[in-house]
Amino acid sequence: MELLFNLTLNGLATGMLIFLLAAGLTLIFGLMDVLNFAHGGLFAWGAYSGIWIYSTTGSFIIGILGAILTGFLLGIITEKWIIKPVYGNHVQQILITLGLMLVLSEMLKVIWGPNQLSANPPDYLQGSWEIGGMIIIKYRVFIIFVGFLVFAGVQYLLKNTKIGLVVRAGVMNKEMVQALGINIKKVFMFVFMIGSGMAALGGVLFGPYSGVIHAGMGMEFAILAFIVVVIGGMGNFTGSVMAAILVGLSGSFMAYYVPELSLAVNMLLMAVVLIVKPQGLFGGKG
Amino acid sequence: MSVLLKLNNIETFIGQYHILQGVSLEVKKGEVTVLLGRNGAGKTTTLRTIMALNPASKGSVVFRDQEIQNLPTYTIAQRGIGYVPEDQGIFAGLTVEENMKVAMQKDNEETHKRLDYILNLFPDLKKFWKKPGGLLSGGQKQMLSIARAYVNENELLLIDEPSKGLAPIVVEKVMESILQMKEQTTIVLVEQNFMMASTIGDCFYIIDDGRTVSNGTMKQLKEDEEMKRKYLGIA
Repeated sequence: MELLFNLTLNGLATGMLIFLLAAGLTLIFGLMDVLNFAHGGLFAWGAYSGIWIYSTTGSFIIGILGAILTGFLLGIITEKWIIKPVYGNHVQQILITLGLMLVLSEMLKVIWGPNQLSANPPDYLQGSWEIGGMIIIKYRVFIIFVGFLVFAGVQYLLKNTKIGLVVRAGVMNKEMVQALGINIKKVFMFVFMIGSGMAALGGVLFGPYSGVIHAGMGMEFAILAFIVVVIGGMGNFTGSVMAAILVGLSGSFMAYYVPELSLAVNMLLMAVVLIVKPQGLFGGKG
Repeated sequence: MSVLLKLNNIETFIGQYHILQGVSLEVKKGEVTVLLGRNGAGKTTTLRTIMALNPASKGSVVFRDQEIQNLPTYTIAQRGIGYVPEDQGIFAGLTVEENMKVAMQKDNEETHKRLDYILNLFPDLKKFWKKPGGLLSGGQKQMLSIARAYVNENELLLIDEPSKGLAPIVVEKVMESILQMKEQTTIVLVEQNFMMASTIGDCFYIIDDGRTVSNGTMKQLKEDEEMKRKYLGIA
């Protein structure tokens, strides 16, 4: 029982980190029809900048806020100068964002050196609780809590605010949104900024979770995020959280019971979804 | 009557295809101007060119004495042109209420007055207020699309084939509502249904092969059997 509980907790925490990366990716694809392979780079930049600010100031909260701000800024720069010129051309998008991914990773090495950096949770999130004989690691609970908080916040934004409605409408029909007098380019920028901020948040939370961060972490997580986007339905925000939890849990359980298959299981899951329901388990855009 | 919209020798390409090859027309304030012509003649592209959804490569579009052909679509809409596309452009995953909220450019008394007016005109929208737009019937979707264009203080409405694919009884309802809106706003209507077009319209333009080939009052067209036969295929 304790084992199952811990595997579930571990899977949920990993799932939430993947969700933070995948949610932005799916919104960006859904609204802007942009395949952003540089999204993982923003995850890594969030980790490095956040952990650096955390170690400099001694405050994990300031580190998190700094990482989100870094994500926002990099998101704005990426959308304005890298993505905008290649709207509507998927081949150019793939090439330019893959290039940007490499540049972002290499820049991390230039600024913070080629070695991996260590990261520990703050004192108040270290250790565990023991409830009914079960060990609950505090930091994992914290990640799950933040993940659900972000999910609820973005859901509220999408469902209850005008900008959220416009984003949802834009995912369904960009042309009509413009014909109703709304500047879709500003909405693009907003979504890119939010998506990048979420990726950076995922990155900084990942640091103390794994204990170390390295420049290649963005690409590793981006692959999982793309799998989640495909499984959840491209452009489907709710689908991204469900699929991220599914991928997190399957990874966690497989790593324990069938470790040889732990990496392949997500690929297999995606392949099955593509064959059975190509629009994703939770439908397409929406 | 003053001219609200003027198209001067408009040419529009869609990809490599030269769709509009010289469309010129004038829309007078307070009138319903109907664009007629065979399928593929360029009527829909004319409306899309006015909205800059398919921007003009030559010629000018003048709205309220200002050229708008180089403006982005959202600015044209903000200047007071409402657009009801041929496919209705409903946000299927949003409720009727959410569709209207996205459309409402302002949250002032006038907009809410217009919302009340349009909901009284289309009671079905009030009835299905919380229902997703994608689950509405064809007629209800058309009503929602017209309501979205009307809710803002638009001086001009561009309505593309509102009767398309609708049952005769629904067409009648849509026609009645456009007749009522006609008292308050100027309308450019693309319509294949000649009965509807001739009932609502004050004047007409015929577009053929991407060019305006004839225009006049609706009364003149009704009496001109030769023109109806030649361009509209009505015997």
